[in-house]
Amino acid sequence: MSDHDHDHEHGAPPNPYHDSNRSEARNRELTERVAKLEALLSEKGLIDKGALDRIVEIYENDLGPMNGARVVARAWADPAYKQRLLDNATAAIAELGFGGLQGEHMVAVENTPEVHNLVVCTLCSCYPWPVLGLPPGWYKDAAYRSRVVIDPRGVLADFGTAIDDDVEVRVWDSSAEVRYLVLPERPAGTEHFSEEQLAALVERDAMIGVKKVQPA
Amino acid sequence: MNGIHDMGGLTNFGPVRPEANEPVFHEEWERRVFGMSMVTLAFLGPVDRVRHSIERMDAIESLTTSYYEHWLHSVETLAEEFGYVTADELVTGRATSAAALPHPAPNADMVEGLVRGGMPATRDVAVDPAFAVGSKVKARNIEVPGHTRLARYVRGKTGTVTAVHGCHAFPDTAAHDKGENPQPLYTVRFEASALWGENVARRDCVLVDLWESYLQPLDEG
Repeated sequence: MSDHDHDHEHGAPPNPYHDSNRSEARNRELTERVAKLEALLSEKGLIDKGALDRIVEIYENDLGPMNGARVVARAWADPAYKQRLLDNATAAIAELGFGGLQGEHMVAVENTPEVHNLVVCTLCSCYPWPVLGLPPGWYKDAAYRSRVVIDPRGVLADFGTAIDDDVEVRVWDSSAEVRYLVLPERPAGTEHFSEEQLAALVERDAMIGVKKVQPA
Repeated sequence: MNGIHDMGGLTNFGPVRPEANEPVFHEEWERRVFGMSMVTLAFLGPVDRVRHSIERMDAIESLTTSYYEHWLHSVETLAEEFGYVTADELVTGRATSAAALPHPAPNADMVEGLVRGGMPATRDVAVDPAFAVGSKVKARNIEVPGHTRLARYVRGKTGTVTAVHGCHAFPDTAAHDKGENPQPLYTVRFEASALWGENVARRDCVLVDLWESYLQPLDEG
């Protein structure tokens, strides 16, 4: 089990090198180093500022878990779409207009009463950008990447997620260019929900598989 | 290489600690590093080479720096190794010579095209897969000196093929200018007990994507 209760239960990770804990002095140092690199690469012709600004804007504003939530909601609402998603996720996700970089080869894995799926990249931090955006810090941290393959239930407990002993836990290690999206179980009490209402229930963490979608 | 980046199976990094209301970027310099990494792929890629530049970081430095500091290290290291910049220029931020670039930097439209179109890893080559769904396979117990996506925790372990994904470019050679060598990519299911020992009384499993070169038939010994 984790030592979760000892400290920082809702706080930032204790590692001083983590994004949220970095010292102001270190941030100033990095700001200066990065500014020099950008100036140098611009002067040398390796980067176009407009291209750089545009790509940051896309990943900060246009792509994110709201895209994946629409895929999940459509799968819950439309059994034929769900089957297409499970048969060929790349094509089914493209039907909703999503795809591209880090989503070229998508696979959707379905949670059921018998099977719970979760996704990791133990070697770096591969993640399905078109449907989930850029990954959260914890997905890139050593704590998650190292332990989730050997102790998935302990990691799930860190997220407050309990999986019954008779449910099989499947951990998908994205070690190639295939990217995985977890199709969570549809919660009870949502039978009359519209697709939009369903999508609003689906959080990022449920599509990585570290949480379940909570009942409405 | 056997690096600290290959951390599957370690258990002493403490609990996973999600950050409430986490922003996409914590600092402006992270935005710039992300953007620079992406737009310089055209000169510093393929992505396998970029990943390997992070793997080559000093292990202690790697563990004591954050994610976008790794990316920053990658851009600086590769730009210098390609000869596009010098160590002195990185310190001053001022160019003292011109870079011999193979083509102009991608503009905003080209970058947007890259994001929308992606960079598929599949290659249309006529190779018959050696294994099929249901095949029992063993991950080779080999040490690869350079870049590899064969994680240590599966080496020498036995599993079952659950999917065949067609032929994908091979990172171990693509990262080192030794060609893409496209070959069949498989998903292999390893039981938790096979990976972590028989004392693990669970039904759980790990599914890992592995290229054909990483695998041997179970009966090959």
